[in-house]
Amino acid sequence: MAEIEIIEHDVIVVGAGGAGLRAAIQCSSRGLSTGLVCKSLLGKAHTVMAEGGVAAALGNVDERDDWKVHFRDTMRGGKFLNLWRMAELHAKQAPDRVRELEEWGAVFDRTQSGLINQRNFGGHRYPRLAHVGDRTGLEMIRTLQDYGVHQGIEVYMECTALDLLKDGDKISGMVAMWRETGRFVTFKAKAIILATGGAGKAWKITSNSWEYTGDGYAMAYEAGAELMDMEFTQFHPTGMVWPPSVRGTLVTEGVRGDGGILINSQGKRFMFDYIPDLYAPETADTEEEAARWLDGDKSARRPPELLTRDVVARAIRQEVKDRRGSPHGGAFLDIASRRSADDIKRKLPSMYHQFKVLAELDITKEPMEVGPTLHYFMGGIRVDSDSQMSTVPGLFACGECSGGMHGANRLGGNSLSDLLVFGKLAGDGAADYISGTNFSALINQEEVESIVRAGTQILNRESGKNPYLLHEELQEAMQDKVGIVRSNELLTEGIKQLDEFKEAYKQVKADGASQFNPGWHEALSLRNLIITAEAVAKSALMREESRGAHSRIDFPGEQDEWLKYNIVASKNGDGSMSTKKIERERPDSELERIANLTIEELEKEVESERNK
Amino acid sequence: MALRNFKLFRGDKSGGQMENYQIEVDKGMVVLDVIHRIQAEQANDLAVRWNCKAGKCGSCSVEINGKPKLSCMTRMNEYSAEDTIYVRPIRTFPVIKDLVTDVSWNYEQNKRITPFTPDTKQKNKNGDYVMMQEDVDRIQEFRKCIECYLCQDVCHILRDHNKKDKFVGPRFMIRIASLDMHPLDTADRITSVKEDFGSGMCNITRCCTDVCPEDIQITDNAIIPLKERVVDKFYDPFLWLWRKFLKRNK
Repeated sequence: MAEIEIIEHDVIVVGAGGAGLRAAIQCSSRGLSTGLVCKSLLGKAHTVMAEGGVAAALGNVDERDDWKVHFRDTMRGGKFLNLWRMAELHAKQAPDRVRELEEWGAVFDRTQSGLINQRNFGGHRYPRLAHVGDRTGLEMIRTLQDYGVHQGIEVYMECTALDLLKDGDKISGMVAMWRETGRFVTFKAKAIILATGGAGKAWKITSNSWEYTGDGYAMAYEAGAELMDMEFTQFHPTGMVWPPSVRGTLVTEGVRGDGGILINSQGKRFMFDYIPDLYAPETADTEEEAARWLDGDKSARRPPELLTRDVVARAIRQEVKDRRGSPHGGAFLDIASRRSADDIKRKLPSMYHQFKVLAELDITKEPMEVGPTLHYFMGGIRVDSDSQMSTVPGLFACGECSGGMHGANRLGGNSLSDLLVFGKLAGDGAADYISGTNFSALINQEEVESIVRAGTQILNRESGKNPYLLHEELQEAMQDKVGIVRSNELLTEGIKQLDEFKEAYKQVKADGASQFNPGWHEALSLRNLIITAEAVAKSALMREESRGAHSRIDFPGEQDEWLKYNIVASKNGDGSMSTKKIERERPDSELERIANLTIEELEKEVESERNK
Repeated sequence: MALRNFKLFRGDKSGGQMENYQIEVDKGMVVLDVIHRIQAEQANDLAVRWNCKAGKCGSCSVEINGKPKLSCMTRMNEYSAEDTIYVRPIRTFPVIKDLVTDVSWNYEQNKRITPFTPDTKQKNKNGDYVMMQEDVDRIQEFRKCIECYLCQDVCHILRDHNKKDKFVGPRFMIRIASLDMHPLDTADRITSVKEDFGSGMCNITRCCTDVCPEDIQITDNAIIPLKERVVDKFYDPFLWLWRKFLKRNK
């Protein structure tokens, strides 16, 4: 085998979205030699597509906001399955992380008094999302990128991570491939931080780009780490449904945050029919009250369009199923009748542009057609809440590819704050780990060669299955069998199909040479998609209840018994995947108390603390 | 559905040619959708960059029938049914393969720009910076940039004269403008705008503004004001005298 290039750093961060960039900045500031490996060009990662905003209890728009309320909202949104400690750290640290971005050059929209402006979003009690129109993700990634390039981080662009290397039970590096040349490279490192995002590309209708193929999940799984809560896949309620080529493309929740309403084909504002008991005391039950809330009446309760994403997605699905859907199988989202054309263009410029160009529709005049789209993984690599280290020493994860923070359902805006808070903590975690261990990472050359062989044989086969077609089959299967509403029967069929895909994958063949070959890249990422899909389907089969984003027709409703467990998937000695229930830790009593207060009690408590 | 004719550049840095593809096109498709269909059905190894497919990431820049565009935001119904669609890589940067070019030069330019240097004394007692919306409106326009590099592609200085060593290009002129006009920034950038980044090279033909998918008024709102600041600083005879006078008095 030809000599393989070796690059050495203290720490390698995989993925250059918000989490990866923030982690790399932290590693560098802690004096570590840091390499940042990303599949795309720098600044193109998924974070760029985040629209609505970053959630942080700054209290700039509603001074009643406090970390405790943000924490309570997050736990309730996650149906209490979140790791308590992660939700606490997140709510406490998010404001500082947002202010720090401003220090690094981010320019958020301002309030009348010149502070960072905040907008309403689903499940958040107060206007809490710091934002820049509807392009907040772009602002964040550009800020981190422009700051990061001056921090001495080495960035390796268009480089695909393939598999991790271990020295004994500890991480020692990874093998990757330069997309431009198709050549392989070994990264030697004492710690690796995965920030690879989710795996929406396993579904047909998704807001995710080609990059979202579960690389981090699969690499961590192969290296012996555990994947937790994988059954909780978020279907964002509002993706575009027409034309077919953009089906799934995200329509920001900011549309509803700024007053947009959902209507069925009979012209009915149907969300009033879908208010869950947990949220009934805090949700308006008449259009009149919802209208007062929009006008800024602080005594009015929130409109039902701002219920959590799992609730809204299921409601739209139900309306379509009951034949009250829009012409292309969604619901109508109307902002035109709620806000002036100027307001819409100012607050939602990229939505205006997106619909104008892609759907030839003017959202200041007509309602949009929207429907659920696979958007986000709540689950992911199981990590320690404080250090973000997985069960494999030296392997860290942050952002979407880690699990635990969001429980059974993520609130909009909590992802951008998650990236910042846990990106930083993962960087600290890796720095502490490295300073506490005295070892030089050894690379096992045989392991390297076997990873390289697995990659090249896809090109070298005489003939075989087209990777694009196999990917399409996988997407069809996941869409139909592991969708918004699940059952034993569907999931069992889905798992059977996945077994067939695993077999078919062994014969997948990419045409052409190794230089910038998307067919080959597609084939390489298919392995990761199939592993991730299996973890989702098997975890979903095991969880016999409906909670948050995971809903089972054969087991409706939340079961208290199931609140005691997380489900983890891991690799057996024989190479098969097993799932098991693990008991959750008892929450800190103070945190439990806060989460269970009524909103009136908590508001009173926050106010009295403030007046002290 | 209708069969359409496409000609795509296939090749690498050693050369290449336009190749013909005939492909079914559905209603509502954009050019990138068609390229993806060709890739899946007829040319698995066709190289193309893309990410968001919604005009937010700036990855899929190409030249379609000679015009620099984002292929994800170019609808097929912009062209008449009998037109052959020609898709080439952006010409200002070297081809890697097919529609993918080496844009690393741009990343090098970004590193040369002095980073944001805020005046921390402007924080209020709570530790917050206070800036009014009307004071940040104009830099927010520049920060809409998605780094598609279409402006760099059409800039005559970079494209036709290949003076990449003399001029940083419109993308980075707006980056510098976004820092120079930032209410909190304290760094002096005007000397480097003239000396290092070549503001004098631009002869304001506005081609960059014309192709910007974000409709950023690159020329009027960024480049011309920067040029004016350079003139004020280096070429205004009255100000020059005034400064001399002030210095003497100090």
